[in-house]
Amino acid sequence: MKDNPSRPLYLVPYYIWIALFVIAPIALIFYFSFLDLTGTFTLENYQNFFSSVYLRMTLSSFWYAFLITLITILIAYPTAYWLTKTQHKQLWLLLIIIPSWINLLLKAYAFIGIFGLYGPANKLLQTLGTGPWQILFTDFSFIFVSVYIFIPFMVLPIFNSLDKINPALIDASRDLGASSFTTFKRVIFPMALNGVKSGVQAVFIPALSLFVITRLIAGNKVITLGTAIEQQFLVTQNWGMGSTIAVFLILFMIIIMMLTGQKEKGGAYNGKTR
Amino acid sequence: MKEIIRAALAILLVSSILLYAVNALQKSSTTVGGGSISVYNWGEYIDPELIEQFEEETNISVVYETFDSNESMMTKIEQGGTTYDVAMPSEYAIEKMKETDLLQPIDHALIPNLGNIDPYFLDLPFDPGNEYSVPYFWGTVGIAFNPTLLEGQTFESWDDLWNSSLEQEVILVDSAREVIGMGLNSLGYSLNSTDMGELREATNKLKTMGPNVKAIIGDEIVEMMRREEAAVAVTWSGQAADMMWINEDIDYSVPEEGSNLWFDNMIIPKTAGNVEGAHAFINFMLDPEVAAQNADYVGYSTPNEQAIALMDPEVTEDERFYPPEELRERLEVYENLGLEMLGTYNELFLEFKMDMEK
Repeated sequence: MKDNPSRPLYLVPYYIWIALFVIAPIALIFYFSFLDLTGTFTLENYQNFFSSVYLRMTLSSFWYAFLITLITILIAYPTAYWLTKTQHKQLWLLLIIIPSWINLLLKAYAFIGIFGLYGPANKLLQTLGTGPWQILFTDFSFIFVSVYIFIPFMVLPIFNSLDKINPALIDASRDLGASSFTTFKRVIFPMALNGVKSGVQAVFIPALSLFVITRLIAGNKVITLGTAIEQQFLVTQNWGMGSTIAVFLILFMIIIMMLTGQKEKGGAYNGKTR
Repeated sequence: MKEIIRAALAILLVSSILLYAVNALQKSSTTVGGGSISVYNWGEYIDPELIEQFEEETNISVVYETFDSNESMMTKIEQGGTTYDVAMPSEYAIEKMKETDLLQPIDHALIPNLGNIDPYFLDLPFDPGNEYSVPYFWGTVGIAFNPTLLEGQTFESWDDLWNSSLEQEVILVDSAREVIGMGLNSLGYSLNSTDMGELREATNKLKTMGPNVKAIIGDEIVEMMRREEAAVAVTWSGQAADMMWINEDIDYSVPEEGSNLWFDNMIIPKTAGNVEGAHAFINFMLDPEVAAQNADYVGYSTPNEQAIALMDPEVTEDERFYPPEELRERLEVYENLGLEMLGTYNELFLEFKMDMEK
């Protein structure tokens, strides 16, 4: 295979794709971030970013993304673990994945109905003797809906890495006298860590730039970097500032990718990830 | 490998059958000969039956698309890609589009129905002589409220929105100029203010309204008010009319300190492909019967005198939606403040959203 001369040829579409749709847009964003409204070179956008509004917005985006990711892990990990133990793994997995095929907007609108003052959620609370509560347009509804939307993206990678663990290793751990907790802590958890890392990447990064849910579910009382970018491009038409915020978003993504990067390939198989 | 090829072929075959079917369906639904125009309008801003009627009368088929802000509409027209033949921007957007040379002059000889328009709405400062635009609808910004959910509060003044009994009851429209403008008006300043001191004061005042703010959203406001999810909303007159159509308890008021008076107009972008068709469409929309039917459907106020004569007097004599001229005096029309100022308004709006008092 090594000597097959036509082999590099197969890579051409891939390189063209990367150049046109990954490198070129990023380069453009970087270029625009140095332009002001009149199109002259400036560093003002960066200066502006470090002004209080945008910096605080970044911090609050991080805080919400962190909460969303944390809660998603807390729900998805046990779910994925339980899934590996069931008989009809693929069926259950499918049931978890199906909701992610439905458009985000549709799901958001559905939640407006569910969480409304006269919606099913409040009906339930009322039969339990409390409420009605203002659920929609609160921090709670924002985090709840975001977690709901991201769960499949966290379950899938964790399930995959848990499922790959050789059961013999767990048996061995038990045979050698480890309690279930120790087995989990010393065997299962380290071996499935890569799954959690990919899950964090798949959840935390999009959570930083959510903007449909911030409007429909949080009533714009939660502001994320995504909201600001959308506004700069569509409303203010300040492409420079929008690009500057986007540059920082890309930077944060790179940092997160590095932090959650997988150094050892195939760690889940050989269990050397300690 | 064979299977992959087979699967790919199957997908190709199915797609081409579907493509053919779509084309065949489209051909049978559009009449040949009159060509087509594409109309770019606000959402929920035309009676769809009228589009069909226009197609039947003129044999011109209409491609209809919607936008949700003047700014996104301008961005799309500026970038090209799709050519629109008619669009319905607001007055300050028209001023800006004129500046950036996005419009083409309207041939008044092709629009005989222009005579149906109330002269008050013609020859306005944003477009002298109606060289580039023809009035479509007009209206105000005000407060829609549902007395059955309230304890007798009224809304003669913007300051009434700060009333501590309205906790978590007020919805604001997600638009910087409306909300900052409301803050400016409540302090007695012009809603076209470019004075940083006044803008700062208005933003700081708005922040203190935080506990009363339930949400800052767009078109969803109508549904929220209809379903009595919220009692009070700062919104456009036509959205209020939409709400009242379904929920008769709702009332609408324009505060005394003043508010925004706006005009939406039909224009022809410079990039239009079917200029003749565009003129035909504009003329059609100005026909008294058409305009009356449209105003009935949309709920905003029509500038068409002849249409008003055909409409239910109960609607057209309602001073909340057809304020008489002396009332219009205290209202202000948005001026095009330039991109930089628009940016400032939006940054202040963002700051308001971030720093609302809980």
